Amino acid sequence: MEDIEHFAKAMKLIDADGRRLDGRKFNELRPIRIEAGVLRRADGSAYMEWGGNKVLAAVYGPREAHPRHLQDPARALVQCRYNMAPFSVTDRKRPGPDRRSVEISKVISEAFSSVVFAEQFPRTSVDIFIEVLQADAGTRCAGLTAASVALADAGVPMRDLVASCASGKIDGVVCLDLNKDEDNFGDADCPTAVVPRTGEIVLLQMDGHLTSDEFEKAMDLSIDAARRIYDLQRDALRRRYSVTLEDILKESPPVQSPMQPEGRLPSEDDFGPEGI
Amino acid sequence: MSEEIVSELMRAHVYRLASTGQRLDGRALDEPRKVSLERAFVKTAEGSARVKLGNTDVLVGIKMSVGEPYPDTPNTGVLSTSVELIPMASPTFEAGPPRPEAIELARVVDRGIRESKMVSMEKLCITPKEKVWILFIDIHVGCTRKEPGARGRLPASGRALAGERHDGEDQGPTLGRPKPRRRADGGRPAHRDHG
Repeated sequence: MEDIEHFAKAMKLIDADGRRLDGRKFNELRPIRIEAGVLRRADGSAYMEWGGNKVLAAVYGPREAHPRHLQDPARALVQCRYNMAPFSVTDRKRPGPDRRSVEISKVISEAFSSVVFAEQFPRTSVDIFIEVLQADAGTRCAGLTAASVALADAGVPMRDLVASCASGKIDGVVCLDLNKDEDNFGDADCPTAVVPRTGEIVLLQMDGHLTSDEFEKAMDLSIDAARRIYDLQRDALRRRYSVTLEDILKESPPVQSPMQPEGRLPSEDDFGPEGI
Repeated sequence: MSEEIVSELMRAHVYRLASTGQRLDGRALDEPRKVSLERAFVKTAEGSARVKLGNTDVLVGIKMSVGEPYPDTPNTGVLSTSVELIPMASPTFEAGPPRPEAIELARVVDRGIRESKMVSMEKLCITPKEKVWILFIDIHVGCTRKEPGARGRLPASGRALAGERHDGEDQGPTLGRPKPRRRADGGRPAHRDHG
């Protein structure tokens, strides 16, 4: 531990040119890659790499809420489980939820509760699972961003995707998207999640100290970054779902499958009128 | 873990195919699923491997830490194997402490590693009775992946969010809803089953 403290004092987190440890400028994001629809069994899923973070998100539902006493006769529950793999951090994390992951699960499910049209699915639950496979600071933002792509992949009706990014202060400078070293040795970190279309803020936390001017600046950085992340999210969905007629015919040639029962397929009407 | 529901129709179909030497996915009876192996997938782990067998996707991470040996084996390191059947992998996997299925799998893997002597437990000893290496094997099971190229149709709401929206106007609940899913047993969609 002494070595680490020594390192913190000796090392500058930002050099004279305003470059950070990994060469980024104050308003630069780490490289982000999002892939939609990666899991076979889940109703919706997404995989995201964000700098050194690797995060999987999956959505099940709307499905019958279980246990039954949790069911809300007026709306769907939006439940989230954020979990870190034991090998995702430097010192092995004991499996199972701890206070930190319970907190993150709670704030993420609250963030999504305000965008999902929950009133359309009474008595059900929309279950969001987030697995952090490799962590490098900013996992709640990565998890939230991936989960929102997974929700869209699952076809859950939402007001908009939620995009999330953190800003903080290192060496007295307000910077976007801190990495692990900057988070550990910096002065403040402030994760934010926004609904880009309406400009609503659905998650806002802060760890450390910022003056109100610095806070405003951090928010501006985060909101601007969230718009860029929003484009990446939509891009991931487009990549997954843009198909040509050729693709469709290749994947499902017009041949009667042996599984198909005789006669016409049940139409939507067989399930009663639309609406629950 | 709840039982997977397989419809009578599907069951009969699988049996019928098998009786003529065929399988659902077109493989021969003696043909295994495709295996692939990737190393060093997780940089935060001391070692990691990702193995895919057909649609089953397993990620294993190794972590090492220093601790005390067990009193009855003062000269050997400690090996700890755990398995998580993560709930996102299958609708039948549930969150919570490991269930018997996960514990069985962890213990079987543990025995395999231990009894094969592939890890020299003696060499994991630093100072007898005081300090040894603890070797953690953490197995994340069942990130079953979609086959590449297998695309689905994006439900209306997802299409809207992907940008094929009309004007910037708030269309609210008219964004559409997913089709009620049909269960494997051909029953009504789960969220209509009550009330």
